[in-house]
Amino acid sequence: MNRRHDATLHVDRREFLALGAGSFLGVVASWRPATLQGPDSLPGTGPAGRLWDPARAGRPLEPVNAADNDAAIQAIEKQLHCTCGCNLDVYTCRTTDFTCTVSPAMHQHVVRLAERGMTGQQIIDQFVREHGVAILMAPPKRGFNLAGYFLPSVLIVAAGLVLTLVLRRWARTAAPDRLPAGPVAPAGTSEELERLRGELDRLSV
Amino acid sequence: MTLLGNLALWLALLVGIWGALAGFVGGLKDRPDLARSARHAVFAMCAALLVAVVSLEWALFQHDFNVEYVAAYTSRNLPVFYTWSALYAGQKGSLLFWATVLSVFGSLALVLTPRHHRALLPHVAGVVSLVAAFFISVMLFGQANPFQRLPYTPLDGNGLNPQLQNPGMVFHPPMLYLGYISITIPFAFAIAALLSKRLDTDWLVAIRKWTLLSWLFLSIGICLGMWWAYVELGWGGYWAWDPVENASLLPWLTMTAFLHSVMIQEKRGMLKKWNLALIIGSWLLSIFGTFITRSGVISSVHSFTQSSVGYFFLAFLIVMGTASFVLYTNRLPLLSAEAQLESMVSREASFLFNNLLFIGIAFSVLWGTLFPILSELVQGTKVTVGPPFFNQVNIPLGLALLALTGIGPLIAWRRASVPNLQRQFAVPGTVGVFTALILLVAGMRDFYALMAIGLGGFVVGTVVQEFARGARARHRQYGEGYALALGRLIARNRRRYGGYIVHTGIVILFVAFAGMAFKTETEASLRPGESASIRSPYGWTYRLTHLGISQYDALNRQVTAATLEVSRDDKRLGVLTTEKRQHVDAFGRPTFQPSTEVGIRSDLREDLYVVLGGVVNGTEQAVFRFTINPLVWWVWYGGMIVALGGLIVMWPGGSPAAKRAQAGYAVRLVGEKP
Repeated sequence: MNRRHDATLHVDRREFLALGAGSFLGVVASWRPATLQGPDSLPGTGPAGRLWDPARAGRPLEPVNAADNDAAIQAIEKQLHCTCGCNLDVYTCRTTDFTCTVSPAMHQHVVRLAERGMTGQQIIDQFVREHGVAILMAPPKRGFNLAGYFLPSVLIVAAGLVLTLVLRRWARTAAPDRLPAGPVAPAGTSEELERLRGELDRLSV
Repeated sequence: MTLLGNLALWLALLVGIWGALAGFVGGLKDRPDLARSARHAVFAMCAALLVAVVSLEWALFQHDFNVEYVAAYTSRNLPVFYTWSALYAGQKGSLLFWATVLSVFGSLALVLTPRHHRALLPHVAGVVSLVAAFFISVMLFGQANPFQRLPYTPLDGNGLNPQLQNPGMVFHPPMLYLGYISITIPFAFAIAALLSKRLDTDWLVAIRKWTLLSWLFLSIGICLGMWWAYVELGWGGYWAWDPVENASLLPWLTMTAFLHSVMIQEKRGMLKKWNLALIIGSWLLSIFGTFITRSGVISSVHSFTQSSVGYFFLAFLIVMGTASFVLYTNRLPLLSAEAQLESMVSREASFLFNNLLFIGIAFSVLWGTLFPILSELVQGTKVTVGPPFFNQVNIPLGLALLALTGIGPLIAWRRASVPNLQRQFAVPGTVGVFTALILLVAGMRDFYALMAIGLGGFVVGTVVQEFARGARARHRQYGEGYALALGRLIARNRRRYGGYIVHTGIVILFVAFAGMAFKTETEASLRPGESASIRSPYGWTYRLTHLGISQYDALNRQVTAATLEVSRDDKRLGVLTTEKRQHVDAFGRPTFQPSTEVGIRSDLREDLYVVLGGVVNGTEQAVFRFTINPLVWWVWYGGMIVALGGLIVMWPGGSPAAKRAQAGYAVRLVGEKP
């Protein structure tokens, strides 16, 4: 590298390539795999501040309490149909569609009944008294509803039995006519049989 | 352009009516001039409907809010991707999409069908024209015209439902529509065979690819729908036995039954009546699905497509069902079998039981879907039939079907001997039993999950044994290396080995479904810096620390995003973000209720699924739902493998000898009379 009289630097090709390679190695050496973002650089750590526009976050919610996570309460709510038109059970609706006001109210009702000492079945019965059987996620197993539960299985079993009988009859009538009585000599030359074996092999495997 | 669209619709209707008349008369009276005219009518109808589609897309992209459909489903700030998909986002546009795709499929069927099936084609043109003309008349006379104008022009449109603004919804509905629509082609060939009395196995060969195509589209559409429901709806699952989901499953089940039973007709000349009934039934179920989706007769989450046009479909269903039934019963004497079953222990018998289960499951799904209406009619009380009902009825049937998936391929055609059965079942049976035992020892106690995974092991054992034996035979016969032998094995008999790949995908799906038995969930309200823990079914504990909430504006929405740091057994995994989105129009006015974007961290074992419920008192204290869903990725992988297997089965080509064997009535025993 030479400094010229006009104060510019002259770099020959070898030096230029060496500088380039050195710079490249320097960059490679300084490279670190991208690390996951540290918590310090993330927004909002610290005390709960007020949001700029709370309305954007949907309906204001109450903090979660112990009853919300009570497995017994959840089990009851999973058997009750939310009446908001969502087609979901109360638990799934209140923890999914947070804009719904029906399922939280039904949840509160379940919690109140449980606090009064009612069992799960009594709470469900109470809901049925108030809303009818459509409040249940599955119809109760009585009366015509039994047809709902068992008709498909009964029909499949009955059809299976009929199919078995029909197939047995077909098999009995078909087998004697179709099959030769004993071993039959191959109707072809050994060369033809070898070709046949090759073709069958090619087709079926 | 809307005037052009309207004109195109009317033209398509008139041409469609002519095509139907010319097709049926030309076919029945053997008039080549009318047959040719029917064929040209289908092409002309297709061209007119494509013009209508282009006109509607033009209106959508030009933001012509004077068109009611454009104002109802788009807005100025809707991304281009979703503006395009708004074509089928609403009732009216999807009817246009349906009729157009049907006319495209009909044209392709007429062009691609080999010449020796020429006698069927006038009737095919007639059926396609008739069905398309029905869809067009629903648009024109059922108050479902997508080009209908408003008496005023709004400044901006309503925008697309936020739940539809997801890539899954761009592909899921068209895939399902393509599946539903393409069933019309096999149905058209079935009706053509009945009308022309050409009821040998020839018409089946003509529709084989169409049936597979339809099944493939339905499979992909259903899987994409599950994925969309999982990532978008936020309830933590992918299948809720919603009536509209059920409606998509019904034709899939009957088509799958057909794809199995058609092999018996091809190989043995049996089950002709059954196969025709399955094709006609599948098509009627696709129209039934359309009726369910669009009528609102049964409560469903897909409420955005409910309207009175559903009753047009009910009437069409009744008319077409009756006409098909009369024609079918009239032709029954011509549908006698050319061979008889020879043994109860044969591949044919196992396929028949497999069909019984497919149809049984389809019936139980249909029964459960319609049971609220039946209950109201019979006992005057409306009941709710939700997932507990469907799971109770269908899980045992599904497991029996899974068992038959493994049993079928192990039994020989015509007759299986006891030593043959022992040899075939030894390895798969052992694999299945050991799989279940290992899980039992490992502590798994859920009966259905154990059965599903154990039977899955059995089916995988069957598939691996079939591949291994085939590859070994080729290795011995031709001296090929095992990898090459395996590749050629699949390439030379794509139908058989593609089918086994589909079976593998189905096993993976069943194992994934079993994983949901171990779902865990909890709710928590957290201030920034606070944490909640949730224990995985695998034994480790996730810790989620709330880092804070940010609010910002995006293209067509105002976003409230909560960020959480995730660690597993004190090892930091990264951060997850879950959002509330308030969609707005171009003037910043809210258009829909706030929607939720789920935060998901996936691996092969489980998904950590986080939903931001909302905030407490307008502060950064947020309410979250945390769910652990085991094996969810297996659903998506299983779906991909099913689709891959389906593609291999329907891939064009194959050796002429294999095609002949598939089309003919297979191998006869030595010395047997033909």
